[in-house]
Amino acid sequence: MIDWEWIGRNASQIVDRTWEHLFLTLVPVAIGILISLGLTALVLRWRRSYGPITVVAGILYTIPSLALFAALIPVVGLNATNAIIALTSYTLLILVRNFVAGVDGVPESTLEAADGMGYTRSARFWKMELPLAMPVIIAGIRIATITTVGLVTVSVVLGLGGYGFFIYRGFQARQITQTLVGLVLSVALATILDFTFVLLQRWLTPWARERRG
Amino acid sequence: MIRLERVSKVFPGAPTPAVDDLSLDIAAGEFVTLVGPSGCGKTTTLKMINRIIEPTSGRIEVGGRDALSVEPHQLRRSIGYVIQQIGLFPHRTIAQNIATVPELLGWEDDRIESRVRELAVTVGLDDHLLERYPSELSGGQQQRVGVARALAADPPVLLMDEPFGAVDPIVRGRLQDEFLDLHDRLGKTVVFVTHDIDEALRLGDKVAILNVGGILEQFDTPEAILAGPANRFVADFLGRERGLKRLALRPVSAVELVRGPVVDITATSEEARSIMESHGVDWIGLVDGETLRGWVDQSELDGSPLAALPAKPFAVTLRPESSLREAIDAVVTSHARVAVVVADDNRYLGMVGLESIAEEITQ
Repeated sequence: MIDWEWIGRNASQIVDRTWEHLFLTLVPVAIGILISLGLTALVLRWRRSYGPITVVAGILYTIPSLALFAALIPVVGLNATNAIIALTSYTLLILVRNFVAGVDGVPESTLEAADGMGYTRSARFWKMELPLAMPVIIAGIRIATITTVGLVTVSVVLGLGGYGFFIYRGFQARQITQTLVGLVLSVALATILDFTFVLLQRWLTPWARERRG
Repeated sequence: MIRLERVSKVFPGAPTPAVDDLSLDIAAGEFVTLVGPSGCGKTTTLKMINRIIEPTSGRIEVGGRDALSVEPHQLRRSIGYVIQQIGLFPHRTIAQNIATVPELLGWEDDRIESRVRELAVTVGLDDHLLERYPSELSGGQQQRVGVARALAADPPVLLMDEPFGAVDPIVRGRLQDEFLDLHDRLGKTVVFVTHDIDEALRLGDKVAILNVGGILEQFDTPEAILAGPANRFVADFLGRERGLKRLALRPVSAVELVRGPVVDITATSEEARSIMESHGVDWIGLVDGETLRGWVDQSELDGSPLAALPAKPFAVTLRPESSLREAIDAVVTSHARVAVVVADDNRYLGMVGLESIAEEITQ
């Protein structure tokens, strides 16, 4: 059923599409993280902004990806920028929520002790709140990343799509091998990226690991 | 060392002040406990000293300088702070936790490391715990770290907010003893908040009793407060057994010990009998040189040498620093109705009975 020869013939294209998929995943997530950090800082300073920010991010999140790609064509054209803008917008809700929840989850007693020891407000944020929020922050980045790996395939409508290209062409040509290759590699990529973040978290938050030891 | 002058705190939206026109003068090296029912503003008062809470009005001086005119974070680095929830930093090792304030003050690494080791010894923390994370320690160990962290930069003042409230009674008692000992050695000025009147009386050189709304009802030594409560509120707050509480604060060495019905083992049975007769008791203690061997019953004096008699040990023996309350317990539970006092090297010092204790308390 599986056409192994097809895989051999298209090896170099599979590699190219892997890079494309990786690029279209990591760039939006990275930009999403930067924007979300800014929005989180805003929320931490003016708590009232949290409502409007989540509403806007929530609306963005509900727009079907196909529609968003199409809507952006008149603005930025039919290119990677289009895909990156759309994919970035989907990460915001997940990231902002997790970033804020992470910082909110730092125990009050820890903050009071930090104040009592004589931390300045900014030192307290960088040395206490941010590291202690890290497990929840990374959890958010993991979800955003997995979601984006899946959404990248839809950008095939822009002539991109990463592994989505194979999935789509497989459907059109009624060629199960291509679709399966796209599907399996997409799942594998999501799994590998997720695992990478798990390792990153263990390395960044050794205290959370020791607790169970 | 710490002076509060007409300090008030009104929280926004609260109908009554949390602390109302409070003045308090705390001398250097003094251990002051703040105690009162909930809502009495004791924690608010404490937190105004290091400006975790800003006073609404009044003046606060710490170490001769106006606490309200320095940067809060600068002020706090010179004041040790221990809270009930301990608040250790979960992502920092025990050593890093203890090193917090020295790091903020920019000490050299070598100096920080030797200071951390020194403090581990001071508070009785095993060296091997220093590289662990807080979540791996027991509650008692964590609170020791909390105290070490507060002492790290050797601040003259220590603020403690119910520091032993979250540990079980046995550990609490031990931490209290250790901390009193630590205070004797280090001579810090300590302000200690508790809701437990017994803890306040036991630890404080002076006790400030606060009433709801932050009103200072009495500020005096535990002795003076127990002997003469300023008003009905204080008397009620002290609760029952005030006499016993006073006795708990006084050492056995405060009363004059009597030699009691004892005889040296080189004496004869006849001499022993006449001593028993003169004391009107049916037993006698046997002294071997300077130590008390125990006691024998009248019926056991059969004329054989006293040294050969099987002396029964006294069930409880006290030290001069034991409290009179312990002495009462020893008296009422002993067959002989006396409490035996011996020195650290087991030398016999004398006995104390109910009468001399009662006399001491009614003086």
